[in-house]
Amino acid sequence: MIKTDVVIVGAGPTGLFCAHQLGIIGLKCEIVDNLDKIGGQCIELYPDKPIYDIPAVPECTGEELTNNLIKQIKPFNFNFHLNDRVQELTNENDNWVVKTTNGKEFHTPNVVIAGGVGSFEPRKFPTKSAEKFDGTSVLYSIKDKTIFKDKSVAIFGGGDSALDWAIELSNSSKVSLIHRRDEFRGAPASVQKIKELSKNSIINLFTKYSIKDVKGNGTLEEIEIKSEEGESKTIKADYVLGFFGLIMQLGPIADWGLNLDKKTIPVNTENFETNKKGIFAIGDICTYPGKLKLILSGFHEGALAARGCFKYARPNEKYRFEFTTASNTIKDRLGIK
Amino acid sequence: MAKIKYIEHNGKEHIVEVQNGLTVMEGAIQNDIPGIDADCGGSMSCATCHVYVKEDWYDKLSKKEMGEDDMLDQAYEPNSSSRLSCQIMVSNELDGLSVYMPEKQV
Repeated sequence: MIKTDVVIVGAGPTGLFCAHQLGIIGLKCEIVDNLDKIGGQCIELYPDKPIYDIPAVPECTGEELTNNLIKQIKPFNFNFHLNDRVQELTNENDNWVVKTTNGKEFHTPNVVIAGGVGSFEPRKFPTKSAEKFDGTSVLYSIKDKTIFKDKSVAIFGGGDSALDWAIELSNSSKVSLIHRRDEFRGAPASVQKIKELSKNSIINLFTKYSIKDVKGNGTLEEIEIKSEEGESKTIKADYVLGFFGLIMQLGPIADWGLNLDKKTIPVNTENFETNKKGIFAIGDICTYPGKLKLILSGFHEGALAARGCFKYARPNEKYRFEFTTASNTIKDRLGIK
Repeated sequence: MAKIKYIEHNGKEHIVEVQNGLTVMEGAIQNDIPGIDADCGGSMSCATCHVYVKEDWYDKLSKKEMGEDDMLDQAYEPNSSSRLSCQIMVSNELDGLSVYMPEKQV
């Protein structure tokens, strides 16, 4: 069990800057994110896309922004809990008990939800029949590649994950690669390699096909694929891998008793607290009249939510506003001599 | 201004007037039309504003820009009439456009 002043759900730019603001005012926090890396949408969806509307930064990429934010909070040494997801939130004697999927437990007066549009989950096959094999022979990520040795593997997708795994697994498995069109979005070198492997009959390449059915009695036996014209083919398969990128799902946040407006959480604009005391929502996930889904708005929201947290974390102290330019206390916290 | 018909997967139709310069996605969001999520807010990075456009209209729309097909690869049941509605800009010429929503966006 970890005791802390604030648990931040989401390590995107908004969560990171909120952590900075908490550090500045002398509070501790723990940051949980479902992804295996820090940066949220900036790093998952557009690491290379330039952003032009960060104040005083004419141009930077999602990755650069993330790296700078990480650098900015480094002096505070906050803990990150990556690859983990906040599952349960319960109230106990005016404190929030926060439980994660990996079994971690936090006790805190404050939770700041900076969850973007929810947590990233792999997109799944639309076929109903794929569900009963989900996690056993229909997979959306690979943990142990040895299970595919000498097996038939059908891989769906046209991006780098699909191409890289098709190439890698073709060494020791019978690979079929299926994609809905004949252009691939993966790296040109990988596309080249796939075409070679296909030409030499090392992999079976099916373009302009998508999944129709997954068949097998108990264990997966074969899959059926269809073209847009309605033509279908049957392929023997022990495993099916789908690489269709990630989608954002609100997930467990929907079960915490918060007021919701579609996929967003209404907050007040004084400190971005939700309808629950001590639970704040900032960034893309919060809504209020005039809300703009800009990173800069998330920064503002994080700064005010941090002050909101102070009230519950230090009930007997009065919050004093200070400037980083003038305050020696803040300079100490930042480790500036 | 263009009258645009949004047709849900169950056949329910919503006809709304959308201002020039907005996207077909924004027209749906501003009018609370179900079936278009637009998680990323129109930055062509999520494929949750996926719609189908029938042939008669498909060819009249501006061509797909680089990257749209890459995102459509990740959409729910894409086909050759698929578009991302955040990439369709509304103008007078689109008056009468119908877009069909997929069963879901996830």
